[in-house]
Amino acid sequence: MAAINRDDVAHLAQLAHIEMSAEELDRMAGELAVIVESVKSVSEAAGDDVPATSHPIPLTNVFREDVVGHTFTAEQSLNGAPDAYEGRFKVPAILDED
Amino acid sequence: MTENNELIRLTAAALAEKLAAREITAVEVTQAYLDRIAAVDGKVHAFLHVNADEALAVAAEVDAIRAAGGAAAEELHVLAGVPIAVKDLIVTIGQPTTAGSKILEGWHSPYDATVVERLRAAKMPILGKTNLDEFAMGSSTEHSAFGPTHNPWDLDRIPGGSGGGSAAAVAAFEAPLALGTDTGGSIRQPGAVTGTVGVKPTYGGVSRYGAIAMASSLDQIGPVSRTVLDSALLHQVIGGHDPRDSTSLPDPMEDLVAAARTGNVEGMKIGIIKELHGEGYQAGVENRFNESLELLKGAGAEIVEVSCPNFKYALGAYYLIMPSEASSNLAKFDGVRYGLRVLPEQGPMTIERVMGATRAAGFGDEVKRRIILGTYALSAGYYDAYYGSAQKVRTLIQRDFDAAFAKADVLISPTAPTTAFKLGEKLNDPLAMYLNDVATIPANMAGVPGLSLPGGLADEDGLPVGIQLLAPARQDARLYRVGAVLESLLEAQWGGPLLDRAPSLTAPSLTDSAPAVAGAPASHGGSH
Repeated sequence: MAAINRDDVAHLAQLAHIEMSAEELDRMAGELAVIVESVKSVSEAAGDDVPATSHPIPLTNVFREDVVGHTFTAEQSLNGAPDAYEGRFKVPAILDED
Repeated sequence: MTENNELIRLTAAALAEKLAAREITAVEVTQAYLDRIAAVDGKVHAFLHVNADEALAVAAEVDAIRAAGGAAAEELHVLAGVPIAVKDLIVTIGQPTTAGSKILEGWHSPYDATVVERLRAAKMPILGKTNLDEFAMGSSTEHSAFGPTHNPWDLDRIPGGSGGGSAAAVAAFEAPLALGTDTGGSIRQPGAVTGTVGVKPTYGGVSRYGAIAMASSLDQIGPVSRTVLDSALLHQVIGGHDPRDSTSLPDPMEDLVAAARTGNVEGMKIGIIKELHGEGYQAGVENRFNESLELLKGAGAEIVEVSCPNFKYALGAYYLIMPSEASSNLAKFDGVRYGLRVLPEQGPMTIERVMGATRAAGFGDEVKRRIILGTYALSAGYYDAYYGSAQKVRTLIQRDFDAAFAKADVLISPTAPTTAFKLGEKLNDPLAMYLNDVATIPANMAGVPGLSLPGGLADEDGLPVGIQLLAPARQDARLYRVGAVLESLLEAQWGGPLLDRAPSLTAPSLTDSAPAVAGAPASHGGSH
């Protein structure tokens, strides 16, 4: 497995929508390199014949009755929003244009 | 003060009995705990929010129902009027829920978690919300955005994490019961280092609806208490099927309280996990662990050794699966629907840039580390090597448990490799911090239940040691059966509960003649 470097962290931070200062990127790259190194052995632990487990106790076909359940009012939903307008979430511009 | 001191030291089971017999009132009990919080939480900082008015109102309602008698009084839940604290990762109407993060500071949930609905249905007064590592990411509560919690045994030490607030609240007699959440040990490890009891139920045994998700395939809500029986009582309130959590097990609940009351280990096979003691474990932890084994043997259990060779990969696999799930779960904190919004200092105000600035300001270092690590493990080209391999290790760990449980009814290990360390000691070394959970993580990876109970004090530092019991999935009752036996044998040896030896936290100093409430926090009761 490849080591993680500062450029990787900068790219990942962008993907994860977290702004990072130059100093933060340096520190994070150092810390993550140590962590990634320590989890490396995991890729050698299991052979191809071992199936993956995604949930510890699998349940299949979990259905409920097709009836209207609990719903929030618009007011309840917007109560914790940083910005709202006429019963809707108010979102910053999606595109970088006027 | 003396009367209050007696009230707050009673177990939840004893409180329930006295309330039912109308020897005490729920208002007296709730007020005694609120007074205790006012007196000691300035030092301990277990609570992020104290919910005095609502707690007293619920207590008064219970008292009125009991006083009126009749069917309504008889139908009261056994724990009606017994107060409880709730980890601030679990959403509650009427109180803020922060998850220990700046990004949710001041946020109020429009709904109750299922476990909170069940506490309300049982009419248990909710004392407040307890401190935690931000989004439950940590083993010391030092990653809380609102400052660390202090261990009641030594205020310079960590109370464990992430549920250090719940464990410290119970250990400091600020609450008889609390709710925790356990993703890699966040209930059990704080229990171990504070001399309290904590249980991670079988995955799916308690609804996760309303617990702010860190790693959905590992998270589980569970009880925090001072005794094994009290955890069983609380587990029975919160457990059972919930259609709002699609991973909730449809199985009927076992009678956990009966298991705790009729503890018996005669003829039981108890397996020592070879890989979870010895090298890397503090000498005092090993000593107390070995003593517990002798006590169980004396009570008629057969001690066998089992080997779980793949546990050595558990920590590594956990630190791939957990951050992967966390990075995905925390994507919803985008500065649009709830919580903080921070605008970039300059340049275009697009949503991308608002998200970047909001998450930069709202998340702490550990949360950022895990989000980046998870984003890495899930990225194209690395997915198979990291996330895929870790999921295979999960299968290997489950197989190790299956083989071990073919030889033993329950497994036993120390809960944590060391006693409580000093605040700040491991804060700048993430890897050293992660190692605290080496013995608790396998249970989350396999979904099996685990219980930690106090095993005594380590000789070298006089701090609590935790003993962990593990049972097969859906066999939580076995934990209570064995835990109750070990607890009673240990307490007989100690001459009372371990917490009797913890510092009082209110003892007047030689130079200070002020009453015991001196040092109470200046403001409590509003939002933090």
